[in-house]
Amino acid sequence: MKRHIGLGVGVLCLLVALIPVLVGLVWLPYDPNLPGPQRFAPPSLHHLMGTDWFGRDTLARIMIGGRASFAVALFAVSLGGLVGTLLGGFAGYVGGIAEEAAMRLADALLAFPAVLAALLLGAVWGPGLAGVATALALFNVPFFARIARAGFVSLKTREFVAAARAAGAGTWRIVLRHILLNLASPLLVQITVGLGAALLAEASLSYLRLGVQPPLPAWGRMLREAQDSFVLSPWPAVFPGVVLALAVLGLNLIGDAIRDLLDPAFRRITRLRPW
Amino acid sequence: MSGAEAAAPTGTMLDHLLRRGGASALTLVLVAFLVFLAIHIVPGDPARVLVGTDAAPEEYEAARERLGLDIPWPTRFARWLGGLVSGNWGDSFRYSRPARDLVARGLTITVPLASLSLLISLLVAFPLGMAAASRPGRWVDLGTVGLAQVGTALPEFWLAILLVGLFAVRLGVLPAGGFPGWESPRAWLHLLLPAAALALPRAAYLARMVRASLADVLREDYVRTARAKGVTAWRVVGVHALRNALISVVTGAGLTFARLLAGAMVVENVFGLPGLGRLAVVAVEARDLPLVASLATAVAAVIVLVSLTVDLSYLLLDPRIRHR
Repeated sequence: MKRHIGLGVGVLCLLVALIPVLVGLVWLPYDPNLPGPQRFAPPSLHHLMGTDWFGRDTLARIMIGGRASFAVALFAVSLGGLVGTLLGGFAGYVGGIAEEAAMRLADALLAFPAVLAALLLGAVWGPGLAGVATALALFNVPFFARIARAGFVSLKTREFVAAARAAGAGTWRIVLRHILLNLASPLLVQITVGLGAALLAEASLSYLRLGVQPPLPAWGRMLREAQDSFVLSPWPAVFPGVVLALAVLGLNLIGDAIRDLLDPAFRRITRLRPW
Repeated sequence: MSGAEAAAPTGTMLDHLLRRGGASALTLVLVAFLVFLAIHIVPGDPARVLVGTDAAPEEYEAARERLGLDIPWPTRFARWLGGLVSGNWGDSFRYSRPARDLVARGLTITVPLASLSLLISLLVAFPLGMAAASRPGRWVDLGTVGLAQVGTALPEFWLAILLVGLFAVRLGVLPAGGFPGWESPRAWLHLLLPAAALALPRAAYLARMVRASLADVLREDYVRTARAKGVTAWRVVGVHALRNALISVVTGAGLTFARLLAGAMVVENVFGLPGLGRLAVVAVEARDLPLVASLATAVAAVIVLVSLTVDLSYLLLDPRIRHR
């Protein structure tokens, strides 16, 4: 019961952050880069989240700024998840020296936190979005590789896989239907957690002026500008952080809920309720 | 754990040491190779980036030579690896000084900052996690779980901005930034706010971990026996269960340290601390490839060594591994 509340709260938190960004694709309350007459306006009916140093509407900037955050996170987790799962699955299925080599590579990747990898690529490619997206994708690879490898190693010797093979199922069918399907739960959890981590990393990097470049706003860079004007008004430093934290909190809660709901041991104890 | 380790028959302590040490050494070489790959092989032309698109051909050629791009890559990698081992990491373009010295100086800020954060987060996490685990389902437990969820979702640099705003700008009780140098008696004071900002999300994560691993241990038979013999709940949690829960918490703390190092590199920029994070940002802006390469290798190496230390600490914490 309690866990399902967690799922509900998680979805709600994520939607609070995501809906403004989606709405921002078709409608904005103000031009996000247009200076307004009222600097540092506190939240009001005219400016729901107030205005910044130049009188620009904070809500409009958050609606635009989230695009890159979500897009980069989705790209990084999709690509990193795919490469990682293939790498780990291959290692676990084949075994031997190939497994050893693949997992050492995963270990080495694990030594590069997202921020470090992005700084490295930023120095080579310039401070654009390409370096940040690639770095975050690479960052995701070892986590998925470890899950996939562990799954393949433990599942490939199980009776139901042997039975499928005896029944004449080909390698691909076994991998897709019998092994990957059984890995769905840990992989889904890793996807949600990875998305949250990628959102945090993207914001950190845009705070460091990597990633999205001006004049486009980004959540991290908005916070950097707000830091400089904190003495004059704390409001611009509040909302981008709240929205970012809500998105990450939502994703983490959803991840926890998936873990609980898809774990067979848990299902036996509690009857599932579909929400 | 790799396949070979899991499949290994009864290994002695020395075996364990050698195997883990060897794996770490291999990982370090791979780390150096990945950095090399990022700079030299990945699509993109570092020499072009360095001189700009409108540079004269001679200037471009000079930059290629300076970066060593005119030599075949296996030779270049061998030189780079040899340089790393012998301590010649190349000169920073921006500062015209050995990159090694700059990185070493940055480490003297970043590593103490990350360590202080780890200490703070452990000091917060243990009492919270223990209290939560010994009163499952009660308000301490639910409160800790809720706080931990919110805490892990908070971006460190945002917390840092809010903490500076509150304690340094509004209340004026702590320094807002800068670093007076380690000679100053106020040096640690300058690390306090950044460490607190870094520690909070990690404390939340670790508190969850302490709670979860204690909860697992508290279900064991020997804990029930101890309780039945009249041992108090606090003693059971603090003495009997804690030791056994420590292994997973140490693993968590090791992973946390890697996150803290990366987080410190960002948060240093909020406070203007002259650590690796600031150095990295300057290096990226100046396209200072030797400096960025040295810095990335050094940080990744520290992370590999921390994870090795964590692995070896199992030998002390779990006698079963020692005597196997």
